[in-house]
Amino acid sequence: MKEIIKIGWQTLKKPSAYFSLGFLVIGGFIAGVIFWGGFNTALEATNTEEFCISCHEMENNVYEELKTTIHFSNRSGVRATCPDCHVPHKWTDKIARKMQASKEVWGKIFGTINTRDKFLAHRKRLAQNEWTRLKANDSLECRNCHNFDYMDFTAQSSRASQQHSTSLADGEKTCIDCHKGIAHQLPDMKGVEGW
Amino acid sequence: MKTMINHLVKTLVLSILFTTSVLAADKHVATLRGEVNIDTQAEPSAIANTVNKDIKQGRNYPMQPPVIPHKIRNYEVNLNSNKCMSCHSRNRTEESQAPMVSVTHYMDRDGNFLAEISPRRYFCNQCHAPQKDVKPLVENTFIDMHTLMKSKVNTKNEH
Repeated sequence: MKEIIKIGWQTLKKPSAYFSLGFLVIGGFIAGVIFWGGFNTALEATNTEEFCISCHEMENNVYEELKTTIHFSNRSGVRATCPDCHVPHKWTDKIARKMQASKEVWGKIFGTINTRDKFLAHRKRLAQNEWTRLKANDSLECRNCHNFDYMDFTAQSSRASQQHSTSLADGEKTCIDCHKGIAHQLPDMKGVEGW
Repeated sequence: MKTMINHLVKTLVLSILFTTSVLAADKHVATLRGEVNIDTQAEPSAIANTVNKDIKQGRNYPMQPPVIPHKIRNYEVNLNSNKCMSCHSRNRTEESQAPMVSVTHYMDRDGNFLAEISPRRYFCNQCHAPQKDVKPLVENTFIDMHTLMKSKVNTKNEH
């Protein structure tokens, strides 16, 4: 084993005997572009709603629930897809989230939530994951679309403007504190703060 | 031949008379269909907006469950959660500034007070309903008892 690593390291250390420097530089650049482009294309392909609901766990549970909510159907026709709320838009945050999501692949392979009953049994834990994430990043995914700076309080109902102009404005509360269950059904809310 | 034509004309006239009378009678029958023929689909009226003013509406009689003056789209009231109670329960009203559900909602049927909302009062929408901004389909002849008492006093004074 040690020998193999040693040989490999020595090969990398030695200058190239057959290929020109130009070939290596230009070839390396082109290979890099292809690799990087391919990687990002694949990443974006996993970042679509079609990809999410290609698994029945997502299509038959959370997607069905989303359909009845305002984030799916509303007067202006702007709708949120799965990654809009569940994946950050910034590249570094996105990669971090995608690495966490590898656990979901594990769950898919071993059928952790492959029936409705199993899904409901896990719902509270799954919901809490999302609440903690949104609480920690100050509801970043909500704010990708809902920008506080451009909220017109006068267009909101009195109840909404009262709460948005106080608790939300001074940063005491973040979106998810009040808007739990905005896009999917809620788990058992016993013991959850504010319920 | 002549009698046959005569017969035909008579039947025709009779049938016309009959159908018109039926049609005329139709107009006087109160139906939910309105003026729409039986073989055509009625055009549904537009869905009205829910009243969302957050201002308390008066009650028409003392025991009327107060109506909901705001939207409740997607509010879940089920085994897992009760969205209404996240504002209207006793221990949430300080933060939400919403009216607390009356204390009777915490009583069981034997009059004992419970820590949580009584299961028989759990489903808010059984009694409380959000309102739409529409004209009533049927005229309401209900008279509030205060109006009734006032008119009684007035008639007494007249005598």
